[in-house]
Amino acid sequence: MSFKNMTITPGWEKYMTKEYVDLVERGPYGKQKKVSEMGSFKEVLEEHPMCAGCAMTLFIRLTMVGLPNPEHTILIGTAGCGRLALTQTSIPFIYGNYGDTNAVASGLKRGLEVRFKDQAKDVVVMAGDGGLADIGFSAVMHSWFRKERFTTIMLDNEVYGNTGGQESGMTERGALLKMAPKGKLFDKMDMIGLAQTSGVAYIARLTPTNPTRVASVVRKAVMIAREVGPTFIQAYTSCNIEYAIPTPKVLDDAREIESKRYGFMEIISDEAKAYLDSIDTSKKAKK
Amino acid sequence: MSDSAGVKDVQAGKAPEVKGTPESELSAGDRQKVVTPEYMFFEAPRERAFITGSEAAKEAIRRSNVDVAISYPITPQSETMQQVGSLWAEGYVKEYFRGEEEIGVMSAIAGSSRAGARSMTATAGPGLMRGMEVIASWPGGRIPAVLLIMCRVVNAPLAIQPDNVELAYLLNSGLILLHGENQQDFFDYTMKAFIISERPEVTLPVAVAVDGFFVTHARGYVNIPSKDIKLPPRDPYAEAVPAMDNENPPARLSRDAPIQKSNFISYQVHASWQQEVWAANERARRYINKYMGGLIEVVNPEAETILIASGSAVSQSREAVRQAEEEHNTKIGLIKVRSIRPFPTPELREACKHAKRIIVPEFNYMGWLHREIVTALYGHSKAEIVPGPRVYGGMSMPTEMILQTIFPNKKFVF
Ligand SMILES: Cc1ncc(C[n+]2csc(CCOP(=O)(O)OP(=O)(O)O)c2C)c(N)n1
Ligand code: SF4
Repeated sequence: MSFKNMTITPGWEKYMTKEYVDLVERGPYGKQKKVSEMGSFKEVLEEHPMCAGCAMTLFIRLTMVGLPNPEHTILIGTAGCGRLALTQTSIPFIYGNYGDTNAVASGLKRGLEVRFKDQAKDVVVMAGDGGLADIGFSAVMHSWFRKERFTTIMLDNEVYGNTGGQESGMTERGALLKMAPKGKLFDKMDMIGLAQTSGVAYIARLTPTNPTRVASVVRKAVMIAREVGPTFIQAYTSCNIEYAIPTPKVLDDAREIESKRYGFMEIISDEAKAYLDSIDTSKKAKK
Repeated sequence: MSDSAGVKDVQAGKAPEVKGTPESELSAGDRQKVVTPEYMFFEAPRERAFITGSEAAKEAIRRSNVDVAISYPITPQSETMQQVGSLWAEGYVKEYFRGEEEIGVMSAIAGSSRAGARSMTATAGPGLMRGMEVIASWPGGRIPAVLLIMCRVVNAPLAIQPDNVELAYLLNSGLILLHGENQQDFFDYTMKAFIISERPEVTLPVAVAVDGFFVTHARGYVNIPSKDIKLPPRDPYAEAVPAMDNENPPARLSRDAPIQKSNFISYQVHASWQQEVWAANERARRYINKYMGGLIEVVNPEAETILIASGSAVSQSREAVRQAEEEHNTKIGLIKVRSIRPFPTPELREACKHAKRIIVPEFNYMGWLHREIVTALYGHSKAEIVPGPRVYGGMSMPTEMILQTIFPNKKFVF
């Protein structure tokens, strides 16, 4: 329905911008695009004002490729760097107050379910570590306990990037940052453990070092949220500015952190696993 | 724009079509007949019930075709949202849950309203304060929704008693604020709030406030139409901003103005956005006039002394007006302010033309209504505008207190 809405009325093509025509003709709608195809289709992410070389940007770009159904997806973000790119996608994006994402998403998803009985609408939250683990903590936890059916993606740069480099709950102990002049005094919050405790159906921890994996994790998370329950992706997306990582070294840093303490990890509930297997077999059966 | 733009012209008595659902599986809400707002408000036969304000709110919600209701307990509001929960269990409301706390609830309302669903919640005092960051952002988000407020003391010290100081915090937020006098108002204003909120040229949240306990927990006579009828559903495609359901071309991707740069264009965008919110607030006048009989009600317009009040203070003032006439042979005027935002500035200027003395009884310490009236009448009236009488912290207002202000030379005991 929405893809139909965006197609251009015949005769009007020449009045539309090139970007829009590209989006309609060569966008990812209705066909799951692969990371290996990047460059050969029009991505939903447009030009954006995030810092050059920022790992978060790369991660967001890969996330957009992973979305299984962008024409029926609604993104929710909040204050923080990520929104600078998320507002530049051709996907409706909601920005409310800092830290409100998971409460807004709960209402949005339920409202959409009331209105669209026969069309799944995917709701995806993408917000910073401060936005989700600090100010939005209660909303995040309760959305998980209530088993709200949407995906939460934490863009974990381990710092408040957008306000200029203060410590967050997700910062490593000892890190010297603004508002932590003696180094952070307590451990990085264990959001993965909390997600497990609250019964999140699919949990993944990763870095952007393996682009195909990012897209596939996102796809799984969104599909499981649609059919089973809440899903959570915690992604290391370094802030090269605040952690003084030279731009060409951003991926080296990600690889190093990945090998030391941010290894790829997936925790899938039995129900979610059964669901993934079922779509796998139905796909194979089609072939 | 035509008068009925955005409101479906549904014929009274016509059953809604629910495609493919067998009769036995229809919910109680599905079985209700959709009627026009006009029929619901003015024509439908009504029966008199003797109910509390909380029950009046429940009956209004039952007939309002509500999609999503989100609750969180706080005295004296809890009873209302509990009863709305029963409506969900009975099938009159489509979706309902208890949120984690008020910031979460108000944010979830922002979400469900953006989904295009007719949404409502209710709160009081400290709950309103807690949800304030979010509530104050609804108008800018052009969120149509209804917020019921059962006023109580704002901490500290802790108290649960009636006091409507909390409404002062809403005056500059951009939302539409109606203040009901009694159970009947609570019933009527609540239903009308949905329709006003969703008008395309309004597209703003509407708060309906009443004074806690006096209205919520006390019984009063309420005339209500049959529970077999309900208002037309929300049409999110006939509003000022698109619903966030991804059924719109992505040219309008970010509904909330992406103002994240510091340059003159972004200042201009924000400035005009604010102007538009307040212009939309003013445009609600037309529907407050149409559906609610005006922003004010005037009793004894020729009187030289006029009481101006809102909420429960109106009931007490009515009684003072009656006693002044019957026991003291003096005709006193009364203006009931139904709408606090938009504020009835031109209406008050007109209605107070002959006034020599204006008295503003209030249920709060700092006298927000008095300030509003002084601002509205400055340079337009020579009347003395008396600040008070006022009660607060849970006190009730004896009519003698109002009479004492009307007749300073007489002695009243209270
Ligand atoms: C209620 C409120 N408090 C504080 C802020 C200020 N603020 C804006 S962005 C931000 C930090 C964002 O950090 P994070 O969520 O980790 O995202 P990042 O910028 O690092 O991606 C803060 C504190 C705000 N906008 N609203
Ligand atoms: S401040 Fe850090 S996280 Fe934010 S855009 Fe720049 S590099 Fe990325």
